[in-house]
Parts: sequence; C-alpha cells; structure tokens
Amino acid sequence: MKILRQTRAGSLESNDLMVVMKPLGDREGIKLEINSIVQNQYGDRIREVVTEVLKRNGIMDAYIMIQDRGALDCTIKARVETAIKRGL
Amino acid sequence: MPTTMIFVPGNNPAMVQNAGILGADSIIFDLEDAVSPDEKDAARILVRNALRSVDYGSCERTVRINSVDHPKWKEDIAEIAKGNPDSIVLPKAQRMETVEMVQGALEEAEDGQRSIGIIPLIETAEGVERVFEILCCSPRIKTVIFGAEDYTADIGAKRTKEGSEILYARCRILNAAVAAGVEAIDTPFTDVNDMEGLKEDVKVAKSLGFRGKALISPRHCKIAMEIFAPSGEEIEYALKVIKTINQAEKEGKGVVALDGKMIDAPIVARARKVLKLAGMEGGNHE
Repeated sequence: MKILRQTRAGSLESNDLMVVMKPLGDREGIKLEINSIVQNQYGDRIREVVTEVLKRNGIMDAYIMIQDRGALDCTIKARVETAIKRGL
Repeated sequence: MPTTMIFVPGNNPAMVQNAGILGADSIIFDLEDAVSPDEKDAARILVRNALRSVDYGSCERTVRINSVDHPKWKEDIAEIAKGNPDSIVLPKAQRMETVEMVQGALEEAEDGQRSIGIIPLIETAEGVERVFEILCCSPRIKTVIFGAEDYTADIGAKRTKEGSEILYARCRILNAAVAAGVEAIDTPFTDVNDMEGLKEDVKVAKSLGFRGKALISPRHCKIAMEIFAPSGEEIEYALKVIKTINQAEKEGKGVVALDGKMIDAPIVARARKVLKLAGMEGGNHE
C-alpha cells in the first residue's frame, strides 16, 4: 500500500491527536516525528502503536507527524488508520 | 433493559473513552447528527477501535448509524460490526423494508459473531403510523426509541417543553411497543440546563408507560434514573403482592385479595416488573 497524497486526521483537543501523513518515494522508509504532552512517559509506546498500524496496513514509505494530546492507544490506532485510508 | 440511554458524539475521543462512567445504563455512540459530513470516516473508525478495547463495564453499547438515505450507511455497519456492539440504533426507521435492509447488511457484516440488535428510532410521521409493523419485523428488535425533534419538524409542529404536540406519537409508539413485546424509550429532553423541565418531562414519560429516557447530557442521568426507579412504596406493595400470590399457590387458592382488592394476573405482572426494575428479579422475596 502506498500513501499517494498528504492527509491529516484527528484534532488537537484533549485526549486526541493530530496525524499528518505525507507520501515518500519507494524505499525511503518510515519517517516518524512525535510530539506529545506525555513524551517522556509514553513516547516509546506511541511510536510502537503507530508503527504497528503502519505495518498492519502495509505502509512501507511515508512521513508521519504526530501531535499527541494524551490519547489512548485505541484513539492513536484510529487516527493513524484514518490518515492512511484518506491517503491511499 | 436500559432506563437511560445517553448519546455520545462518535468523533470525540474524550467522550467516547469516558462514556462508561457518565452514569447511564446504555451508551449510544453517535455517527449521525453529532458528526460533521467530512469526519464520518474518522468517527466510525474511532468508535470501532473504542468498542474493541475500552471496558464499558455493565453499560450496554450501541451505535447510531447514519440513516439508509445516507450514501455510506453500509460502511457504518461494516465497520461497526467489527467492534461487536450490543445493538445499532437505526435513525428514521419508517418502514419494515428499512429494517430488513439493515438486518441484511448486519447479517453480511457479522461473520458468525453473536447477533447485533436493532433499535429503531421512530422520528417521522410515517414511522409513527407504521411503528407496530416495524417493531414486529425482526427478532433483533428489543427496544424502540422515540425521537421528537425530527418528528415535530416532519409534522410541522413547534416543539414545546409541555409536549402536547408529541402526545399522540408517544402514546402510539408506546402502545405498539407493548403489543410487540418491545421496551419503549422516550425522546431526549433537549434543554441541558433546565432541570425542573427535565423532571416534569421524565415524569410524563414514566406516567405514560415508557421504560426509560434517551439523554443528550450526562447531567440528566441522575434525575432520569431516580424518577424511573420504583419508589419504596411501589417496591413494598410489589413484595406484598408476590408474597400473597405465592402463599395462595401453596394453599391451592384460585382467587386472593390484598388489602381488600383482588390480585389478578395484570397486578402480579406489574409487581414482577417493579421488582425487576428494582433489581429484585424472581419475585420470591420475603
């Protein structure tokens, strides 16, 4: 699966996150930037959840920027999935 | 058997994740009116993920999909079925065929899971006139909700707090529900800040025979639950009825009286309902 256009999903409300996704060329890989209000505590976990959703959807090359406002895993999964679907 | 069903906007993560602690018996995650057209995809994915991972305790989990005249109502069902909710709430249910279409889409989407219920939302003049046939057309229907806002817009009436303009619809839906063996839930009270108005409205709904109330604000939960809960007097009388009838059965008596009034089948049935609502199901309480 390939991201073909720039998309965004989510919001900057509390308990939500904003995902911005942009296409990258073949074999450029995943470039993931995370900015979270709980970066120190949960930064690694957010990275893990985002990577898992990208992998499950077969996304090999994309730039992803996350601005997190304290979202639960299920919200992170939902917003990344929405951004992917909007970008295909 | 819910007495309070609260609407929660389906694209609001804070409300979706906390819906289980708002105090209602049942949650209605809303994909319809509470979600803007360009966020429908995000809402159905968010609700599906939440249904799969958030523990809502003993709350019933339902989802209001978009009505069948929306181009993507089938996508709502396909996505939401993966979260295995207890029921879907079907807005603008106005014909048997509408329910059958939705039932067909659910059968395709369920893939061998447990059967997902359908809760018709009766909110059009045609829906009110056809309510009995709608409620009888699927074994998935155990509850019906009345939606007065769309209904009054449909008939061209002004919505008032006193509610005389919706009395006919309330009574017709309620009668059809009882005849079909379905629980009827009354329309939400839409003024979030008017607690006295809410009390009056819930009392009217209860006096007509509704089993519960749909709500749009967590602030309304406590009042609605208190009014719908059986009173101490009602419970005490119900217990006396059941005790009397049990004693009569043991003694082989056909006809019995309590406080000078004959206890017949409807009185016993009402007593059992009161005890069920009070969480004292079974009726063999001394």
